[in-house]
Amino acid sequence: MSTLLEVSGVSVTFDGFRAINNLSIQIAEPELRAVIGPNGAGKTTFMDIVTGKTRPDEGQVVWGEKNISLLGMSESQIANAGIGRKFQKPTVFEDQSVRQNLAMALKNPRGPFSVLRHRKTADGAAKIEAIADEIGLTDHLTRSAGELSHGQKQWLEIGMLLAQDPRLLLVDEPAAGMTAQEREKTTDILKRAAETRAVVVVEHDMEFVRRLECKVTVLHEGSVLAEGSLDHVTKDQSVIDVYLGRSDA
Amino acid sequence: MHKSFIFHNPSVLWFLLALALFTMAVTVLSEAFGVGLVSTSFVKTLGKTLCLCLIAIAMDVVWGYCGILSLGHFAFFGTGGYAIGMWLMYARTEGIVAASLEGQAIPPTPQEISDAIGTQIFGVVGSSEFPAIWAFADSLVLQLLMVVLVPGLLALVFGWLAFRSRVTGVYLSILTQAMTLALSLYLFQNDSGLRGNNGLSGLQNIPGFEDTSQATISMVFFLVSAIALAAGYVLFAWVMSGKMGSVVQGIRDNEARVRFLGYHVESYKLFVFTLTAVIAGIAGALYYPQAGIINPAEIAPIASIYLAVWVAIGGRGRLYGAVIGAAFVSLLSSWFTGGGAPAINLGFYTIQWTDWWLVLLGVSFVCVTLFFPKGIGGLFDYLVRKPS
Repeated sequence: MSTLLEVSGVSVTFDGFRAINNLSIQIAEPELRAVIGPNGAGKTTFMDIVTGKTRPDEGQVVWGEKNISLLGMSESQIANAGIGRKFQKPTVFEDQSVRQNLAMALKNPRGPFSVLRHRKTADGAAKIEAIADEIGLTDHLTRSAGELSHGQKQWLEIGMLLAQDPRLLLVDEPAAGMTAQEREKTTDILKRAAETRAVVVVEHDMEFVRRLECKVTVLHEGSVLAEGSLDHVTKDQSVIDVYLGRSDA
Repeated sequence: MHKSFIFHNPSVLWFLLALALFTMAVTVLSEAFGVGLVSTSFVKTLGKTLCLCLIAIAMDVVWGYCGILSLGHFAFFGTGGYAIGMWLMYARTEGIVAASLEGQAIPPTPQEISDAIGTQIFGVVGSSEFPAIWAFADSLVLQLLMVVLVPGLLALVFGWLAFRSRVTGVYLSILTQAMTLALSLYLFQNDSGLRGNNGLSGLQNIPGFEDTSQATISMVFFLVSAIALAAGYVLFAWVMSGKMGSVVQGIRDNEARVRFLGYHVESYKLFVFTLTAVIAGIAGALYYPQAGIINPAEIAPIASIYLAVWVAIGGRGRLYGAVIGAAFVSLLSSWFTGGGAPAINLGFYTIQWTDWWLVLLGVSFVCVTLFFPKGIGGLFDYLVRKPS
C-alpha cells in the first residue's frame, strides 16, 4: 500500500462560511475508505476539491507516485489522471442506451478528433460486457438508461466509473434511495472494485458503512474529527457528541 | 466513412431518396431543362429554401444535439454570402468597365481600370477606393476559400472566448445575438467597405455566363444547392452517429458529467460550433446568388431567431425535422407575406396575412413548444417502429 492521494491543510470558504477547515486526508492504493459526517461537514466539498470543481483557498492536493499537484488542473485533466467521480444524484445519460453510456466512459483517447475517428472494437465490446456483468446490467445493455430503475442507474454510474479505469473512485452516497437488497449488491461491487483501486465512499447510512468493513474518516465542520475502524470511531467521545449522539439519541 | 453507417441510419437513406425525387421532379417541370410548368422565380425560391434547410440542419446540430441555443448563426450565413458576393460584384463590374473602355484610342492603364471599377462599386457610398478586405475579390478561388475561412474563423474566435469562460444557456444565446447584431450594425456603416446599407447587388448575374438565361442559371444553382444539402446532411448524420454524437448529446444533457468522464467539453463545443458555422457560410454562399442581393439587414438578430423557430417547429435533435421545419415555415412565410394567402373578412375586421402572419407564426411556435416538443418531425415516430 502506497499513498495515492494526499490532501493536506486544505481550507475553503464560501461567502464567509468555512466549508473545509485545514483538512488533511491520505488515501492509499488499494484501499476502501468511508467518509461520514453530519450534513454540512464538508464531505461533498472534499470531493469537489479533489475533482477540480472547487479551488481551495489554501493547502495541497498531491496525486500519485510523482506527487503531481491537482490544484492547477481542469476537471477533465483530473479525470484523465485517474480519478472517477459518482454524483449523489444518479447522473447517467438518459436518452442513450446503457451500452452507449458505458462506451462513452470507456478509457480511450478523449480529444474530439480521436473520438470522431473512433471505431468500435472487439476489445471495447468485451470490456463493456465485463463491466455490465459486474454491475448486473448484462440484460439491459440495449435499453435506454432513462428506463432503468433508480438502483440500476446508480449501478450504471458506478459501471461508467469502472469503465474509465480510474485509480481512485470517489463515490457520493451510492446507497441513497436503494432497497436493502440493492444496498447489499452495491456493497459487493464497491468492495470488489477496492481490491485493485482506491475507493472513497461518502455515506450517511451507518449500516451501509458497517457492511463495507473498512477504515472510516469522520468529518465535522470541515476537518477530520476521527479516523479508524468503525468500532473505533463510534467509541470516540467527540464523535458521539457531534454526530452519533445527535442522530442515535 | 464506415460502410455500415448508412445502413444503421435508415433515415439518412430515406431523406436522400426524398430529396432526389424532389430534385428530379423540379428539374422535369422547370423551364430550363423540362416542360416549363415551374417558373424560374419559383425555382429560385425552391433553391433558396434548400439553402435555408442546410443552415437549419447546422442549427439543429448546434442546438438540438449539442444544446447550444445559438441566436447568431445567420452571421455565418451572411459572411459566406458577402464573401462570394464580393467576387460576383467585382468580376461583373470588371467586365462592364472593360467593355466600356475598349473603344478608347489609348488603352487604359491597370490603375485606370481599377479606379473605374472602384467608382462603379463604391460610388454609392461616396468612395472609389478599394478597402483592404477586397484584396482577393478578383480571385474566385480565394473568395471561395473566404466562404469557409471567414465564418469558420469568426466562430472559432467567438466560440473560444465564450466557451472557455463557461458561458452557457441563455447568457450564451444573448452573446451570440450580440455578435450578429454587432456585425450587422458594423456592416450598415458606409465605411465598412461593403457598401453599407446598400449591400452587394446584382449577384444573380454570374460573370462569364452573361449569355446564359436566368432560367438555366437558377436551375444550376437549385441543383448545386440540393447536392450541398445532401452532402451536409450525410456529413452531420455521420458526425453525430457513433461516439462523437454520444459525447455531444451527453454535453447537452449533462455537461458536468461529461467533464468528469475526462472529456474537454469546451473543445467539443468549439468543434461543433465552428463546423456548423462553416456549413452555414457555404449555405449563405449558395443562397445569395439566387437571392440577387445581400445587405446587412439579412444578418440582423431576427433572422437567427427565425432559424431557431424553424428548427423547433420541425423537431429538434433530428436532422430531417430541421429540414421539414425550415422548408415548411419559410415557404409558408413567403406565401403569407407575399400576398398569396387570401385575406379573411370577419365583418368587423379583415385579417390581412401580411400583418398577421407573424402572430400566426408566434402562436404556432408557442403551441409546438408546449404541446408537441418533438415538432413536426416527431410525427415520424408514429410511423416507424421504435428500433430496439
